[in-house]
Amino acid sequence: MKKDAFHHALKIDTDLCIGCANCMRVCPTEALRVQGGKARLEANHCIDCGECFRHCPVNAIIIEQDDFSQTRNYKYRVAIIPAVFTGQFPEDITTEEIHSSLMHLGFTHIYEAESAVDLVFKKQQQTLNSGKVATPAISAFCPAIVRLIQVKFPSLVPHILPVKPPLDVSAAYYLRKLKDQGVYDKDVGIFYVTPCAAKIAAVKSPVGEEASCINGVINMDFLYNKVYTLIRQKKDDFCAIPDRQQLSSMDILWSLTNGEKEHVANRSLAIDGINNVTAFLERVENDEIANIDFLELRSCDESCAGGVLTGGNRFLTAERLRKRAAKAPINNVKDILRYQKDLMKQISTNPVEPRSMLILDNDVSSAIRKMKQIQSTMERLPRVDCTVCGAPSCHALAKDVVQGKASIRQCIFIQKRLEQKDMMDKNESLDILRDIWGKPKLDKNR
Amino acid sequence: MKTQYDIEGGNFSKAGFASSEVKRMLKQLNLDIKLIKRVVVAMYEGEVNIVVHAYHGTAEVDVSEKRIRILFTDRGPGIKDIDQAMQAGFSTATEKIREMGFGAGMGLPNIKAHADELNISSTPGKGTQVEIICYIKKDHQNT
Ligand SMILES: Nc1ncnc2c1ncn2[C@@H]1O[C@H](COP(=O)(O)OP(=O)(O)OP(=O)(O)O)[C@@H](O)[C@H]1O
Ligand SMILES: [Mg+2]
Repeated sequence: MKKDAFHHALKIDTDLCIGCANCMRVCPTEALRVQGGKARLEANHCIDCGECFRHCPVNAIIIEQDDFSQTRNYKYRVAIIPAVFTGQFPEDITTEEIHSSLMHLGFTHIYEAESAVDLVFKKQQQTLNSGKVATPAISAFCPAIVRLIQVKFPSLVPHILPVKPPLDVSAAYYLRKLKDQGVYDKDVGIFYVTPCAAKIAAVKSPVGEEASCINGVINMDFLYNKVYTLIRQKKDDFCAIPDRQQLSSMDILWSLTNGEKEHVANRSLAIDGINNVTAFLERVENDEIANIDFLELRSCDESCAGGVLTGGNRFLTAERLRKRAAKAPINNVKDILRYQKDLMKQISTNPVEPRSMLILDNDVSSAIRKMKQIQSTMERLPRVDCTVCGAPSCHALAKDVVQGKASIRQCIFIQKRLEQKDMMDKNESLDILRDIWGKPKLDKNR
Repeated sequence: MKTQYDIEGGNFSKAGFASSEVKRMLKQLNLDIKLIKRVVVAMYEGEVNIVVHAYHGTAEVDVSEKRIRILFTDRGPGIKDIDQAMQAGFSTATEKIREMGFGAGMGLPNIKAHADELNISSTPGKGTQVEIICYIKKDHQNT
């Protein structure tokens, strides 16, 4: 079992955190606890899905991006933008205007991430048909899903289709293209405009890939505001966009729910929403799912249109993209195809490694012993999952207790029982609550 | 370590619940993934057999460092001829049950194929006991 810490885009700003535990209650991998009145993240369990970010009432969860000024370090500044970025804008704003504003902001090249969809799709089909991947094969498109499988469904790791998402291929293409124009590698800065935290984590510590050729990540909400303001200010001032390329309908819809599934000839399903995906993976793991060849699984509801960094309403974003797709050319020959041969060589990922967060102990007998202890601890707990102990559920507390990370006395029900038996006084119980929720919340003069 | 699950005859929507719980438990023990799969498949078949063929039953699961043992005990019609029941394709399932996707007569053979030991005893008219054992060998541990 690997135990090294993983890069996470999600961080907790402890100055802003009010210790409300909303994040802890929604985390699909139980990666959060409350201690000293602040949320605390267990790095090995976090999959960067961003549910905590979505539910934080005080914006104390931050998604670390690269400083925009970093783009200035490069002579050639390539913005790789996903289609959902343009989908954010009101309908009277055109793709040209959006791209033009990005140029105004200092980028020298604008490229849409989905331009590489043709190649990715081709490789997916080849790999599916090769029969080398366990069925149902699972798309590696959504990095939060890849991480979910690694930590919670390690037995399903062989189902992950080892094909990179379009973003990575687009970035490789653009770098290659500029190099062919005689540009030095070091002069090129490739920046991805991300709709979510998981993509950041994927760029910073890629799974199944040595290193990404993307130099930085800019959060979509940040750039949206900049671009939108610019467009509203100077409506007419167009900036020429070098080698503009058109996306096809398939490209535009790729990152939406059904975007991949739509084109798979084999029997396939598309599922979005991390909890829906988790429930379905349980069934896949039980071998209950027969005769399905391909699964498109996305962490966010409405897929990338619902990414945590997209400011717009996800349904409206999806609708706009569908409209754009309806007008898009069906057969456009893309420049990227010139590099097809070379790009196809690096389009596969290395095998993804499982890193189960569930294992109680590497030694089976110790693990069984701990499991027994958890079972008997559970018998003492109320099973109301009230989270007053600072853990997301009674079971999570029991697990923490057995692993020496918490005390059963953190349970308010246990405290009451001990008080009744004169085995704990009110002050001690208050002290415990203070340790969990912080001093101010238990201040009697409040 | 012992756990026990109730299995309700006729409740098809809950068929697989106990084996799913056991899977979740075994995933925490650093066992070989293939071993977990074998246990879960065998247990699923035993569980479904109670749902499909019996009135009510329990599954007792005992995990030690040497083996995983599952004991199904049910109240039900019992099995008259166990050798016959073990044959691939033999089934007394009704047309209705077949329509629901059960009754291929593959359950018991499937348990046999996946478990290290399978012991069945039955009293017709009363009920059935099915014992499934899978051994945890040293090489079943992931290190
Ligand atoms: N717990 C049980 N109680 C009574 N009869 C049983 C029980 N388990 C199995 N049987 C009998 O043994 C037969 C064969 O069982 P088996 O599990 O192999 O096939 P099945 O349940 O009929 O079909 P399948 O498992 O493929 O859905 C059953 O049709 C049934 O007559
Ligand atoms: Mg059966």
